[in-house]
Amino acid sequence: MNDAPPPDGGWDDQGYPGWFQRVSGVGSSVGQAVLVPALAVLTALIIGAFIIAITDVDTLRIWGSDPGEAFGLTMSGIFDAYKALFVGSVGSPRAISETLYAATPLILAGLAVAVGFQAGLFNIGVNGQMLIGGMAGLWVGFTFSLPMIIHIPLVVIAAIVFGGMWAAIAGFLKARTGAHEVITTIMLNFIALYLIDYLLKSSWFQEPGRNDPISKPANPSAHFPTLGDYRLNIGFVIALGAVWFVWWLMYRSTIGFEFRAVGFNPSGAKYAGMNVAWIYVAVMAVSGALAGIGGANQILGLEPYRGISNFAGTVGFDAIALALLGRSHPVGVLIAGLLFGALRAGGREMQGAAGIPIDLVLVLQALIIVMIAAPELVRAIYRIKTPEEETGTTISTGWGG
Amino acid sequence: MALELRGITKQFPGVLANDDVNLSVAEGETVALLGENGAGKTTLMNILYGLYTPTSGEVLIDGAPLTLNSPGDAIAAGIGMVHQHFMLVPVFTVAENVILGDEPTKRIGWLDKRRARKTVTEISSRYKLQVDPDAVVEDLPVGVQQRVEIIKVLEREARYVVFDEPTSVLTPTEVEGFFRIVEGLKADGKGIIFISHKLGEALEIADRIVIMRRGKTVAEVRPEDVDETQLAELMVGRPVDLVVHREESNPGDVVLAVEGLTVLDDRLQRAVDDVSFTVRSGEIVGIAGVQGNGQTELVETLTGLRPSLGGTVMLGDADITTESPRAIHNRAIAHVPEDRQESGLILPFSVTENIILDSYHQEPISHGVRMDWDAARKRAERLVEEYDVRTPGIDVLVSTLSGGNQQKVIVAREFDRDVTLVIASQPTRGIDVGSIEYIHSRIVEERDQGAAVLIVSSELDEITALSDRILVMFEGRIAGEFDGSASTTEIGLAMLGSQSEEEAS
Repeated sequence: MNDAPPPDGGWDDQGYPGWFQRVSGVGSSVGQAVLVPALAVLTALIIGAFIIAITDVDTLRIWGSDPGEAFGLTMSGIFDAYKALFVGSVGSPRAISETLYAATPLILAGLAVAVGFQAGLFNIGVNGQMLIGGMAGLWVGFTFSLPMIIHIPLVVIAAIVFGGMWAAIAGFLKARTGAHEVITTIMLNFIALYLIDYLLKSSWFQEPGRNDPISKPANPSAHFPTLGDYRLNIGFVIALGAVWFVWWLMYRSTIGFEFRAVGFNPSGAKYAGMNVAWIYVAVMAVSGALAGIGGANQILGLEPYRGISNFAGTVGFDAIALALLGRSHPVGVLIAGLLFGALRAGGREMQGAAGIPIDLVLVLQALIIVMIAAPELVRAIYRIKTPEEETGTTISTGWGG
Repeated sequence: MALELRGITKQFPGVLANDDVNLSVAEGETVALLGENGAGKTTLMNILYGLYTPTSGEVLIDGAPLTLNSPGDAIAAGIGMVHQHFMLVPVFTVAENVILGDEPTKRIGWLDKRRARKTVTEISSRYKLQVDPDAVVEDLPVGVQQRVEIIKVLEREARYVVFDEPTSVLTPTEVEGFFRIVEGLKADGKGIIFISHKLGEALEIADRIVIMRRGKTVAEVRPEDVDETQLAELMVGRPVDLVVHREESNPGDVVLAVEGLTVLDDRLQRAVDDVSFTVRSGEIVGIAGVQGNGQTELVETLTGLRPSLGGTVMLGDADITTESPRAIHNRAIAHVPEDRQESGLILPFSVTENIILDSYHQEPISHGVRMDWDAARKRAERLVEEYDVRTPGIDVLVSTLSGGNQQKVIVAREFDRDVTLVIASQPTRGIDVGSIEYIHSRIVEERDQGAAVLIVSSELDEITALSDRILVMFEGRIAGEFDGSASTTEIGLAMLGSQSEEEAS
């Protein structure tokens, strides 16, 4: 059936993007890349409104006796909640600072996942890479006392090197033995998690006089400087630099060209003379390096500038969602990171001012992810044509031209 | 008594795939539907088989319109289809495959396998198909698998049988056998639609030939009134040169010398077994053979993609047996791979990105690690122009181009420098006549400029049209060597391994 026109049109068996590419958004056109995530967010907010409505037990009771009053109360409840979300995230300079502050580690970790996606690798090990990179940064932070201008770059470099090397283990295992990176990175997460607990209780890291896993504080010269008394710090600038770097790497360098070629078609890349095995190692190293910076930010970008058990929290896993939402493009990851950061910052305000549990934010995030992971769902709701019915240029050479 | 498609129009977004197409076939008649890839043949047949609903027009049997919403409706109406890619379950037996989807059952749902086997045996002997109902499908040769598909269609009592490119997977001998089966069906009163882009076959087998071009039926002819050249012209819409024009070859020094090469395939079987041959500059050597006789592995080894178990590959004075694909590429070897979509191109990449796949790491396309997209686009623009790649632009995805133009992208990339050796596998598989003509002439041009050329193809016509010397591969060995003027019959026999030992030197 080699002369079938659209819907096969041009997209034959292999040209048609597989599930991985559809979900991760790699290689989608700009329109496609923006449309589905935007609608996913919108849909999540609408469903969230319903959740706010049906969890408002007091108002629910009134529906029977006075529907008009109940409707009004419900609408004002939803309005108050989303208003608080908005005010808490962008309503004041401090709110904006909180949003950017929350977005910083998310952006860095999201970039780590996105680089993997672009090269066809699913790096679930961002959590572990953040921990290892962060520990390296912390060690540099409390061991040396240097001028800040030297100390902070040194911290970041240590985080890059160790995060990168940790992730490269998974790349190496894949290149050498074919071990799937999903399995190895998950396992490396556990190793990292318990390794840092061990380190935090060793005399090397542990705060003297403590029995629990908590480290010595980093020297002030290694603290990421903040903007006045806001929590926003230099980490956000580093994250922006990382966005630019990833964009440049993926679309303006031969290394990124190789990454993307391997991601789309490893056998085609091999035929073109690329060393696919080495590229797997390199991709993981770059991915882990970005995660490592995120890990350093988790210690040196916030009080009390100490290492604790699993200081990476859930960032390494939220990053997967973020990369999906950002369609694996660095600019998309930046936008998605800001959005998630805003939800975090606004969620606290929502809880305080409107009495809506902050868990709603997690529900909203989860809804967004479900709809990104099942793009057909969004397409079905909004009756969007599937990508194979369109042809066009891609973002594969980057949005900048 | 006839099946008729009347005024069929099918509009896809942006493409008018069928435009007021009329086609009829009577019982006991064979109609060949000829057209290039993209002419709308498959769309038309999918409408007939109930897979697509036409935008307008109708399908009639004996003058009564049919409603076809699914293949089930088509089967019920007596229309059967043998697809190009077989729809068989490899691990099932022939009988199990035949009853699949139409299982005869005893009471309480027991499968009546005995009846299934009886049906297969009956149909098989009636049409002289020689199929064993108990054989497992994956063990059968392709030609026999096709007969299983035919039995499936007959078991459902089809009166009209559609064959979609039935000969593309068959060896020359199997094609002969297939034609005899078609004649048997015809004698039994079945109406046959035979979809093809092979002119000779249409002339041989059809009572009537209908030609489609750009979604329209442009001509209807009787085979006795036309020859291949006229058919090709009708198909393409302009005069076509079917003969590859080439001067006598003027072979020079040995460029490629393969000595005692042995290669394992993915299942660790000897795919290439002690193969030796040479290719000299200024000559085209063709390797003929049914697919799966080691050609794929041979080419992969020559180009550095697969390690060899033994033997040497010499390029001039250099031993390249263990060199990497990139090192071999850098020795001015052009490689047109067997599967353009799997290895020749990166489909989600743009035309530009595909054109620089071989040179992205070199000046002027990159400086150090920094890509120079302006230089890349310049190269792409030049090659698209020079190699007549029909594309809306150099930034569109290569996956949106037709097969012929995709292949031209590869040829452009590989030939755009002074090559000493060209290795081309199935260089024109599944592409349109115009592109075939173009790519063949480019290959001959490379030869005339002094390159050594190695062509691997399972299309015997292509081998004989291009080659100055022909090698036949059978079960991993060179089973015969012929000069370019050898008859297809001789070569066809060698392809089946029936060449006598002394000639197989």
